[in-house]
Amino acid sequence: MPHVKFTKNLQRFFPTLRDSVVDGCTVAEVVASLDKRYPGLAGYIVDERGALRQHVNIFIGDEMVLDRQTLNDAVNENSKVYVFQALSGG
Amino acid sequence: MSTLILGTHKGLLLFDTDNCEIKREFHAGVPVSYAAIDPRTGVLWAGVDHGHWGQKLHFSSDMGATWEELSTPAYPEGAEITDGKAATLSYLWIITPGGIDQPERVYIGTEPGGLFQSDDGGNSFQLVESLWNHPSRKEHWFGGGRDHPGLCSIMVDPRDSNHIFIGISVGGVFETTDGGKSWEPRNKGLLACYLPDPNAEVGHDPHFVVASKSNPDVMWQQNHCGVFRTTDGAQTWENVSQPGGPVNFGFAIAVDEKDSDVAWVVPAVSDEKRIAIDRALVVCRTDDGGKTWKEFRTGLPQNNCYDLVFRHALAVQGDKLAFGTTNGNVYISEDRGESWRCLGTAFAPVYSVQFA
Repeated sequence: MPHVKFTKNLQRFFPTLRDSVVDGCTVAEVVASLDKRYPGLAGYIVDERGALRQHVNIFIGDEMVLDRQTLNDAVNENSKVYVFQALSGG
Repeated sequence: MSTLILGTHKGLLLFDTDNCEIKREFHAGVPVSYAAIDPRTGVLWAGVDHGHWGQKLHFSSDMGATWEELSTPAYPEGAEITDGKAATLSYLWIITPGGIDQPERVYIGTEPGGLFQSDDGGNSFQLVESLWNHPSRKEHWFGGGRDHPGLCSIMVDPRDSNHIFIGISVGGVFETTDGGKSWEPRNKGLLACYLPDPNAEVGHDPHFVVASKSNPDVMWQQNHCGVFRTTDGAQTWENVSQPGGPVNFGFAIAVDEKDSDVAWVVPAVSDEKRIAIDRALVVCRTDDGGKTWKEFRTGLPQNNCYDLVFRHALAVQGDKLAFGTTNGNVYISEDRGESWRCLGTAFAPVYSVQFA
């Protein structure tokens, strides 16, 4: 099952958030699994259409997801998935 | 003692105006687009603009001691801003309670222009489809300075909860008399100076519209193209701007709670030059329905000032007014706007101001 690591930034809004091992064969399925474990988390990562939010990024290993609209990028049991946000602010 | 609810670029503040101190700070570091108390329930609502993480809706039943995050209004599958462009929530503009006889009703105005309604105290919201599907929307509403139109004003008639006016920036004023089943544009007399036909039925830009509490048929708006007033329930609007200024361009407007002839604006130079007039802050008040305006500057900076007051950042309560600016300055008046006291100059940019 894929391993998911998160930006610390998200822990402010989900204090129990930890690196997780979840079900899923695509990034979208991984996000859905995470949302079951941490209700409401999906809404921070994707919009209501399921598209990756503009300033959020997901890496599978060293590669950025390609399909930002439906998150159909494949993952496998050895995949390491990283959820980041943009570093911009001010 | 007054407490101000300040929605700022770096959080939500409850501010003690007598002691000039922050009583409580919430959502620190995160922009709060709008915050207000529902007078029916005492619930403090906050629209939180996380930027990266999207818009979030929070409420507190105990003036911020504890907060609960609710599901943010979501545009349904198939909703489109324009043909082929799926609609997703991009900003929470305003949160307004329903009528006194609808204790569970809450409205939210959003960008890209949808009105959302809850009938369970905010636990769930649905898009008001009749407005979203108005035939004028896809072709005649647009984003002005933002990417998409925003529903920035909601006025529920205290005499009839099914009678509601809304203001779309840019789209215009719309009215429903049947609880939102149908909507009609109410823009006669407004000027859309940027359109080929300034008197078009739709496509106007009411930055902010407010209704008089004492006489709900009287409404005022700070429009992109001037200040307008209606005394006949928005059947017609009258231009009450000053041709030579300063009352013309701006964002915020407030109407006296008891006298519908009295209103305040904080004008800026113009659409083309959105800065303080002569680099000085001025608050203008009319006492005669807009026929004449007085300028008040006591206590406000008159040099080197570049402040603007955004549309939800001016509030009135009795004889008191308060406003917050784009440069993080906050002022209060206790004499109907004739003199002002500075409450601080180092706040983050202010998006909304309400008296608690």
